[in-house]
Amino acid sequence: MNILLIGNPNVGKSVLFTRLTGVRVIASNYPGTTVEFKKGFMRFFNIKAQITDSPGTYSLAAGNKAEDVAVKLIAEADLIINVIDATNLERNLHLTLELIRQADKPVIIVLNMWDETKHLGIEINPGKLSQRLGVPVVATCALTGEGIKDLVYNINAARTSPLRDSTSPLWSEIGDIVEGVQKLHHRHHTFLDILEDLSIKPPSSLFIAAGVMGVSFGVIRFIAENLITYIFNPFFTTVYNPLILRLSAVLGEGSLLHSVLIGSLSSGVIDYRRSFGLLTTGVYVPTAMVLPYIFSFYLMLSLLEDWGYLPRLAVLADRLFHRLGLHGYAIIPMILGLGCNVPGALSLRLFEERREKFIAATLLAIAVPCMAQTAMIIGLLAPAGGKYVLLVFAVLFCIFQILGRLMHRILPGPSPEILIEIPPYRCPHLLNIAGKLWLRIGGFFKEAVPLVLTGILVINLLYFLKVIDFLGNIFKPVITNLWGLPQEVIGALIIGFLRKDVAVSMLRPLNLSIRQMVVGATILSIYFPCAAAFFVLVKELGIKDMLKSMLIMLGTTTIIGFILNFTLTFLGWS
Amino acid sequence: MVSLAELSVGQQARVLHLARAGVENKLYNLGIREGMVIKKVTGSSNHHGPVVIKAGRTQVALGQGMASKVMVEPL
Repeated sequence: MNILLIGNPNVGKSVLFTRLTGVRVIASNYPGTTVEFKKGFMRFFNIKAQITDSPGTYSLAAGNKAEDVAVKLIAEADLIINVIDATNLERNLHLTLELIRQADKPVIIVLNMWDETKHLGIEINPGKLSQRLGVPVVATCALTGEGIKDLVYNINAARTSPLRDSTSPLWSEIGDIVEGVQKLHHRHHTFLDILEDLSIKPPSSLFIAAGVMGVSFGVIRFIAENLITYIFNPFFTTVYNPLILRLSAVLGEGSLLHSVLIGSLSSGVIDYRRSFGLLTTGVYVPTAMVLPYIFSFYLMLSLLEDWGYLPRLAVLADRLFHRLGLHGYAIIPMILGLGCNVPGALSLRLFEERREKFIAATLLAIAVPCMAQTAMIIGLLAPAGGKYVLLVFAVLFCIFQILGRLMHRILPGPSPEILIEIPPYRCPHLLNIAGKLWLRIGGFFKEAVPLVLTGILVINLLYFLKVIDFLGNIFKPVITNLWGLPQEVIGALIIGFLRKDVAVSMLRPLNLSIRQMVVGATILSIYFPCAAAFFVLVKELGIKDMLKSMLIMLGTTTIIGFILNFTLTFLGWS
Repeated sequence: MVSLAELSVGQQARVLHLARAGVENKLYNLGIREGMVIKKVTGSSNHHGPVVIKAGRTQVALGQGMASKVMVEPL
């Protein structure tokens, strides 16, 4: 049996999906979180049903891709669970009535966010609603699990409704139903109400935005650095190091196995950042350098997502993004891209227009560094001084602005305006935050770590085969003359195709000057996306646009590398 | 009758006319329909930046261009 979860964006379909199937998916308080269809299975009454979670849609009228796909999914489904936000009955019933009239499939309605209706003074009679609509209605709170059992027990009661033959205009039928079923009681302004107002009206909105961003960055850095200082580094020093040293003695320093597993020692001591062995750098970089930042970033992001602040940030950023040919909601892919460029690239599906997608994708790939990269840049430059880290990010920010404006000016086509729903503020639910963290960190280990280990193996192989020397000689004119870097940097550039964090770690043994580190770190960030992001971008943009984007990437890198090197040399940096 | 862009901030109004077809559908889907009462929450007076309106429990942000094509009657 094929069951489809369908409803407006941001009504709780994904939370419900996880409850029913046990398959974890990301659920947040802003529209556009679910961009791909997820399928899972549920067993009830000895029936095994496949459940499909879908991106939200406001209507079935063919107007955009989301709606077309919804229509297709409906055709494949045997039963439809229409998830409704009980706090916004009137708007949500539009899709419901369309489903009843057009879908020709049995429908059961989930009146989700039921707990919120009480706080808002909204009183709905589910029984009456069920009568009026002609389909069963179950009230639930997917976050707490209330009502889910009722839903499962009553799934087979789903049916097509006599309303399907109704011909009265949708808006009048909806109005009728809502009037007969919902009562609104007066309620006083709550703290969240006031905060919502302040967040969107100038000038308080600007202060709140600055505050939120400042606190976010501060907290991310604070948590990550403390995790590194008090948990991860001590672990490596006191527990892991002795084990590896023992292994080193057993294997013998010159042997092949030693090179692969442990890498090179510097005067009998293991420098975890330079040795490039699978068990040394291969374990240290993802665990002690990147993971703390991934954890703290996604902790903050999950809080912001569930609170509902991001769409308001999009409204504030709208004007800035217009200069780049985008609109405010483009901030979502960029923020997601700060964690990992892959979900950032996937969220490009929010854009319907090809030109928008292209500009956003190119800017994402070039100027938005993922957390793995960021963590490594901090690890590389912070010892020399925090200002150098800031310098790299300032350069990336400038590239974002300048390149965006250039593309906006040069590429023909319209710039669509922002049109988004702004969800109400909600108190972040700890279980959801924990679930998302678990998902995202799990994803990091499953996807990133194998690539890190592969990258290290490949580097060792390339050095051994002297491929690095060969390629270094070919690209020397650009790398050394234009960018002022030693030709060995080519090794980092090659590995950067696979993983950016490993690439940045390769700069360390080269003993670069500060100028060279700044130029090197910047170039590694902008020249090309990592393999995972690359594949997603090809899928989202198509080959032709991706090739154009790649040209822009390589061109920008060459030029920026030169300008940066030249400027810093000119300023007297050695 | 004024456009949503011209409406004063904080003012309530009834939606009269959603001019362009394409826009009409998108706004309609989001819950902004002719005959509805909306309240203008914000919309920079210098006509830059999006207009935010509240209709019942729905809050929507739309660009100035779109807002200038939605005709409303101040209440």
